[in-house]
Amino acid sequence: MRRNRLPVVVLLIVVSMSTDVCAASPFELKSVKIDLPDSDRMFPAGPGADTINNNCLACHSAGMVLNQPSLSKQAWTAAVDKMINNYKAPVAPENVGAIVEYLTVLKGAK
Amino acid sequence: MTTAFPQKGAMILQRTRPPLLETPFEVFDKGVFTPNGQFYVRWHWALIPTEIDIDKFSLTVRGHVNQTLSLSLHDILRGLPSVQLSAVNQCSGNSRGFFQPRVPGGEWANGAMGNALWTGVRLKDVLDKAGVKPGAVQVRFKGLDEPVVADAPHFMKSLEIDHARDGEVMIAYAMNGEQLPLVNGFPLRLVVPGWYATYWVKMLNDIEVLDQPDTNYWTKVAYTIPDTPHASIKPGQTGVKMIPINKMVPRSFVTNISSGSKVSAAAPTTLRGIAFGGDCGVASVDFSIDRGQTWHQAQLGKDEGKYGFRQWQTQLTLPAPGAYGLLIRCTNSNGVAQPDTQNWNPAGFMRNVIESTDVIAL
Ligand code: HEC
Repeated sequence: MRRNRLPVVVLLIVVSMSTDVCAASPFELKSVKIDLPDSDRMFPAGPGADTINNNCLACHSAGMVLNQPSLSKQAWTAAVDKMINNYKAPVAPENVGAIVEYLTVLKGAK
Repeated sequence: MTTAFPQKGAMILQRTRPPLLETPFEVFDKGVFTPNGQFYVRWHWALIPTEIDIDKFSLTVRGHVNQTLSLSLHDILRGLPSVQLSAVNQCSGNSRGFFQPRVPGGEWANGAMGNALWTGVRLKDVLDKAGVKPGAVQVRFKGLDEPVVADAPHFMKSLEIDHARDGEVMIAYAMNGEQLPLVNGFPLRLVVPGWYATYWVKMLNDIEVLDQPDTNYWTKVAYTIPDTPHASIKPGQTGVKMIPINKMVPRSFVTNISSGSKVSAAAPTTLRGIAFGGDCGVASVDFSIDRGQTWHQAQLGKDEGKYGFRQWQTQLTLPAPGAYGLLIRCTNSNGVAQPDTQNWNPAGFMRNVIESTDVIAL
């Protein structure tokens, strides 16, 4: 916070002093190049782990799924269907059952 | 907690790719402006450019306009009047992790929100430059992020034309006096004061004026709420009319004491926190130590703008040793107060129940 305060104050003064706000603002942007960290986290071992690792890591890292609360089998089925229908997850129909089963065992509602 | 993200400090890691990073709650005690380095981060699709050359970037304005524009950052920073506004940016699903029964999605605690002083240009000025044609109904916004799978829906959001031209919606190039961290949307981000963050499109590079209502997935299907009071329904309830999520609702939090803390009985305790009105300012913040039977007004801090966080503070004395729930309630300047029961909807949106900070007086 403290490090942000100063530029804010400076900017406020500049803006409030200029009656013609069209006048060149002093603000300068700088090009940015960064590296975003990736995750190599896999789903914990168990029946169906290979299937979920092969089908559910393309668009988001495993944390998306592993941070989910316990859900009913019905809710997990709906979640997997949503991935396929709404987000175009390329999951072969014969793999859906194994993925739902895996999720229900790992994070199923009692 | 992670410090692995460039331009960011310590953040709660909800998901690495695409990043979902939550602001640690202690940050909100330091002041009403959330530092850029700890401002929460939320992306839908993982193809996010990691390099932005400010001389090559351009913002296109097209569709139902007289003249298609391709604006450079120079055109935007130097060619249009600059405006400033402090406003809360809050994820629709902030606090989803507290929903009961639990719902799938980003399992945020209360840190998927932040307040910044935004500097930029009015969307209205940009639209006027292109010249909106009669018959325009909505304006659609798209950023540089892309879906991983080719036929998946690109993230886009739309606003009604009158809202887009209200003079408040802006295109920000700075937050808290600095350029935006890349993961917060560098170089340009839409700022929609009083509305949930889903509309605040990051890395904004495409504005399309539409003469038909937008039917894209992210506007029409995702981010919809039940058209009921507090967007609330019973779990399992069906046949409810759904509408796009829109204006925010009032919220308030204690920031200097967390649940589970011990405080002294029969001695003054300072209680401090933040509140925001949602789509308007804060009228009052009240607290109760007797489960809501009696309420007392807290003192409000400096008003930095109606769409921003407002600090509040009070001194209270817990009369005797024991367990207390400290309740805080914000009433906004439209007269809307936080409800005392929590809402529920399947997407986990719009939580704003009166929060309780549970303490033990010794
Ligand atoms: C084609 C891309 C894609 C694939 C493959 C994919 N997802 Fe998703 N997933 C998404 C998107 C997009 C979201 C929502 C955006 C967000 O929350 O960031 C999401 C969100 C989720 C959520 C949060 C709940 C929700 O509805 O938003 C869960 C749980 C989830 N995915 C599970 C899975 C599982 C299990 C698989 C494997 C069957 C999977 N995903 C494969 C794109 C994908």
